[in-house]
Amino acid sequence: MAELKGWREIPIGGVIDKPATAMAFKTGTWRVMRPTWNEDKCVHYMMCWLYCPDNSIIVKDERMMGIDYEYCKGCGVCASVCPTKAISMEPETKFVEEG
Amino acid sequence: MIAEKTRLAITGAEAVAHAMRQINPDVVAAYPITPQTPIVENFAKFVADGIVDTEMIPVESEHSAMSAVVGAAAAGARAMTATSANGLALMHEIVYIAASTRLPIVMPVVNRALSGPINIHCDHSDTMAERDSGWIQLFAENAQEAYDLTIIALKLAEHESVLLPVMVNQDGFIISHGVEPVEILPDDVVRNFIGEKKPRYSLLDVENPVTYGPLDLYDYYFEHKRQQVEAMENVFEVFPKVVEEFAEISGRKYNFIEPYRLEDAEHVMVALGSTNGTIKDVVDELRAEGKKVGLLKIWMYRPFPKAEIQRELYGRKTVVVLDRSMSFGAEAPLYAEVKSALYEAPAKPLMGSFIYGLGGREILPEHIRSAFEMAVAGELVVDDQKYLGLRE
Amino acid sequence: MAINIKQLTKEFSDPLSIGITSGHRLCPGCAAPMTVKMALMVAKHLGYEVVVGLATGCLEVSTTIYPYTAWSIPYIHNAFENAASTIAGVETAYRALKKKGKLPVDKPIKFIAFAGDGGTYDIGLQALSGAVERNHNFLYILYDNEGYMNTGNQRSGSTPPGSETTTAPVGKAIPGKLQLKKNIVEIVAAHENVYAATATVGEPFDYMNKVEKALKFEGPSFIAVLSPCVRFWRIPEDAAPSITKLAVETKYWPLYEVEKGVYRITKKPRSFKPIREFIEKQGRFRNLLKHPDADRIISELQDYVDKRWERLLALEEATRDKPAR
Repeated sequence: MAELKGWREIPIGGVIDKPATAMAFKTGTWRVMRPTWNEDKCVHYMMCWLYCPDNSIIVKDERMMGIDYEYCKGCGVCASVCPTKAISMEPETKFVEEG
Repeated sequence: MIAEKTRLAITGAEAVAHAMRQINPDVVAAYPITPQTPIVENFAKFVADGIVDTEMIPVESEHSAMSAVVGAAAAGARAMTATSANGLALMHEIVYIAASTRLPIVMPVVNRALSGPINIHCDHSDTMAERDSGWIQLFAENAQEAYDLTIIALKLAEHESVLLPVMVNQDGFIISHGVEPVEILPDDVVRNFIGEKKPRYSLLDVENPVTYGPLDLYDYYFEHKRQQVEAMENVFEVFPKVVEEFAEISGRKYNFIEPYRLEDAEHVMVALGSTNGTIKDVVDELRAEGKKVGLLKIWMYRPFPKAEIQRELYGRKTVVVLDRSMSFGAEAPLYAEVKSALYEAPAKPLMGSFIYGLGGREILPEHIRSAFEMAVAGELVVDDQKYLGLRE
Repeated sequence: MAINIKQLTKEFSDPLSIGITSGHRLCPGCAAPMTVKMALMVAKHLGYEVVVGLATGCLEVSTTIYPYTAWSIPYIHNAFENAASTIAGVETAYRALKKKGKLPVDKPIKFIAFAGDGGTYDIGLQALSGAVERNHNFLYILYDNEGYMNTGNQRSGSTPPGSETTTAPVGKAIPGKLQLKKNIVEIVAAHENVYAATATVGEPFDYMNKVEKALKFEGPSFIAVLSPCVRFWRIPEDAAPSITKLAVETKYWPLYEVEKGVYRITKKPRSFKPIREFIEKQGRFRNLLKHPDADRIISELQDYVDKRWERLLALEEATRDKPAR
């Protein structure tokens, strides 16, 4: 949580005068199930990217590159829309145990 | 330099439509309601004839009128609307949002009694329902003031240390439909006076995207409210400068309040709107009879000019407050605030509260005289609310 | 121009360029951000800047919790019932300032309002109708999750019969909501000069093609997007795409568009599945299924969607090449 500011320090009218400040709010901590990407199975169909409600599929040069776990909430939509089952959902606890 | 003026015989509604023509707002969104309708009709004619290049939105309700004006103002446009009574009540939700979003919208309000029962005539119940909304509220005594205050309101609203919306109140029918001589300033003089709008944040500035109207919880809502208090405080510094500048172009002097024959007055009446004209006549009559009476007219009701009121009312024997609206189960709005302003007075005057003119009920010189006479005779009883022109 | 997903991945490889960003607090698997991002990408892909206006609702509260905003484009939320009139004001300001040469940035801008079903079918219907009638140039996207989900699942004019809500619960005396959903697309399509369509996240290309059409339409346009609330439809978090695909396959949510009175069905499945399949997959109908009246209600719903489909086919046939204006 950012430090709370006084009334003289914030823009008037409730306006947020900068774009995309929510990027500072990392929703990845919500995740219970973790999508894991199997690159070998991936055909870069990109439905995962199109659907991801948290913009957490990383793409470059028309190719899937991985998953941004800082924001991924673990909903599993990416796995459900993948035609080649290249993403599987695993309990987050598994990764905690593995350190 | 005082500009050359045109003198027209017009109604208060027409006078305000002329002020709007000269302001030439970017956007006007409005809905018809008696007695505000002639403002919108006259302005629509200016639009139709190409005299202004305003984009008009003939909305399907006052709620949408205020909503559209909020959208337009957030997009950096100079945006106006106008309304009355139930229309203002329908806007209520967005009236608060306009103020808290700090959008400098100017809205002429043609005062009319709020339903129910339904009534189309003048009283101040409509605007009084918005007194805590965060808008600046100005009251005109006549058509000339309605015109002048509309122009003044625009400059005040858009001042960088204010950025608050303003209601310019004129009494329904009495001012809005009564024909009076009104001096209209030259168009270019008005345009120079108001200048260009410089929005702080604009939705159309796509290179600097802003978020208007976020969810503001317990961690920041309070801070934003405190900012609104500050903006209202700033009005006390900005308004005198704006009216001084206006006096330079018009020769007409405005202030928070207008004292009338107060110099040695022992008994002072306080009122809003058109009734002040009648009170002035009665004061003249009573003065001619040797009675030390006077009037304190309130031009600005929000922010409430407490210091100015204290300055004028301290030391008086009696203060008679006229209200054209009520607060059921409590003291009438203007009376309550004047009384509160006198809390710190070294010697408290005797006070009387008089309700008059609800739903357009006639207010006659003899009503005002009777209230003054009670004051002079020492018959006022504090908080004993009296009614002028009411049948028992 | 058909929307090409590879092309989109190239244009929007930087997630900040989409318009809605990460860090919003919508539930995992919520369909609302899918609805939004697909529309914004199409608009930007077509070369437009976008200003969005939101009605109060889940999408609004979860994306703009002060001082955080999950928008990288200009955004305004005013109130619940006035998304259409607010965006109409913004759009009018754009035309006014453009005419006067006072725009801060002179680029082509599209104005998109997003509102839920409460803000559209119910409390915002008047403002929507007014803005469409006045012919403002804007796109109104309804994310239809069939209830007041932001306040915890209350019945709206969009809730289907038998769906469990807190204000029309399935009880011993009354089997949940009795009334059918309002047909919002027909209401909007009844205005002159409008493009109105249904769409859903389960058929993203159909949806994105409609967004393109809507944005290119000269005048107001409206897309009703079936957009599940995973929480109160009581479906798995990953199920928004599949359940809405099923909605199309069961005739629950036919995909069509009405352009100036001309109907066109945009997706005609070769065979249909029974509506019961759609109902049985969602926990919101669990209590209905246990109710003695369940079979009757489901069979009435089946009859309704069958007739509606036949009627749509007839309308398509009857209005072909016969625009209202």
